[in-house]
Amino acid sequence: MAELTKELSQVAPQTSETQNHETQNPKAGTPTVIVDDLHIVYKVYGSAGDAEKGNAASALMRILRRQGRPQMKEVHAVKGVSFVAHHGDAIGIIGRNGSGKSTLLRAIAGLLPPHKGAVYTNGQPSLLGVNAALMKELTGERNIILGCYAMGMTPSEVREKYDEIVDFSGIGDFVQFPMSTYSSGMGARLRFAISSAKTHDVLLIDEALATGDRDFKKKSQQRIKQMRDAAGTVFLVAHNLDVIEETCNRVIWLHKGKIRMEGDPQEVLEAYNKA
Amino acid sequence: MSQPESALAEAQGGGRAPESLAALAERHGLRRAIARPSMPAYLRQLWDRRHFILTYATSRNVSKYSESMLGQLWQVLTPLLNAAVYWLMFGVILGQSKQIDNYPAFLITGVMVFTFTQRTVISGAKSISSNLSLIRALHFPRAALPLAYTIQELQQLGYSMAVLVLLVLVTGEPVSWLWLLIPVVLIMQLVFNIGTGMFMARLGAFMRDMNQLLPFITRTWLYASGVFYAIDERTKDLPDFLRWALEFNPAAAYIEFMRDLLIYQRFPERWAWVTCLFWAVFALIVGFWYFWRAEERYGRG
Repeated sequence: MAELTKELSQVAPQTSETQNHETQNPKAGTPTVIVDDLHIVYKVYGSAGDAEKGNAASALMRILRRQGRPQMKEVHAVKGVSFVAHHGDAIGIIGRNGSGKSTLLRAIAGLLPPHKGAVYTNGQPSLLGVNAALMKELTGERNIILGCYAMGMTPSEVREKYDEIVDFSGIGDFVQFPMSTYSSGMGARLRFAISSAKTHDVLLIDEALATGDRDFKKKSQQRIKQMRDAAGTVFLVAHNLDVIEETCNRVIWLHKGKIRMEGDPQEVLEAYNKA
Repeated sequence: MSQPESALAEAQGGGRAPESLAALAERHGLRRAIARPSMPAYLRQLWDRRHFILTYATSRNVSKYSESMLGQLWQVLTPLLNAAVYWLMFGVILGQSKQIDNYPAFLITGVMVFTFTQRTVISGAKSISSNLSLIRALHFPRAALPLAYTIQELQQLGYSMAVLVLLVLVTGEPVSWLWLLIPVVLIMQLVFNIGTGMFMARLGAFMRDMNQLLPFITRTWLYASGVFYAIDERTKDLPDFLRWALEFNPAAAYIEFMRDLLIYQRFPERWAWVTCLFWAVFALIVGFWYFWRAEERYGRG
């Protein structure tokens, strides 16, 4: 993917130049992400139903009858979603649990292959979620370094950003202790600080603002605004509708894997609250 | 094609010319996100991630023993205890030590060398399937994971080798200039392990029953690799091809090579060199290629 990003970053200035000649307003109208009739299907290995639980004989019978594992279900999480995102957009994605929000983000990030349709992007969209790389038994210090490398930083970049991350997270001396000793708020702050330390073209945020106290919420909203100004496009999934209303200029309402409504935050949120 | 019309309508509603989204994407130079990079590009990406691979390996080693009281000491204790158990079983109870000179050194060399490959195989098989959330969150060449797991095992091997050399000295073997070749055989084995780890990573990612099956496979392999007995001694009365088959076994080859250097003070024969080299190159090429072929499918669930 780094290869692709490099090529695209070489191409990008040219296209924006040609845009310059064509229109007065160069960047604002340029699409950064196009989602074209996207379908995502994935398999889940859930627990067995009550009838088959722990029964070796029935498992054997299934194999003999050549039935697959009954626990393996296919989930059609996103069913034909299409939209275009432009430079400077901050798009909020709302919907009930299981409506396909996180799946859609992963698909935009290129982490889930489409079953049908396509996602076209400019550069490499990054999911703001370094959490999976961190280890709770390790000190905050080690985790910062590990997280930065996991996002693809170089050693010099890590040295440069290290103090900034510690400052922003506000965990102070706790950086010397294992993350398992942190309060949930401190952990969330450190994770957000690490994952937002890198600049991204297209940024995808999944519920990162749900935790932390008031001050930190304000700080992280500012950080998102900065990223939006610098990078271009931000996607934000959150259950906290206030955050969406304050940060986003567009909202997509997903319902059972389809777009129920899309447009101005106030209108969509109003309709969403009524439903 | 459930909703393309409405999608078009939306695009038009946004004030754009009526054109398909795919055409719009092409006009602005946007590309599909998912594609497997070519082999050279993939290798370059992997090289760019070398710091992550090393840090990840070290971090896993540090966190692995952080909960236990003896901590990092277990890195030395585990191989020692293993060797002690096998010595009790095969050396004392089954009486192998009467037939083989310096049996403790013979045994512990076999155990340590075999454990390195065995652990890489087992952890390699888990490297993708136990990191799904990481794969679904971040972009990086997936080969970084099995590679990091192999390097983690290499770091553990460092401790085992120190113990091994010490024990060999204690049991009365002299220091020899041949010991300078130890890194060479370890590198060959490491390369073999990297390739095998990648191969197992893909198998483990898509065959979920692999982890249940592996202990039996590796145990069979252990018994077939001449860790507790001398292969040439045991196969004296058997047909030649059986002995060749056993000696061609990569684990046996690396073990014999190491014993030649550490215990017997003799320069390994040519066939040993050929076998060890062949397995390293073969495993690396096949394992890496096999893993890379499924690059875009890991983490799909």
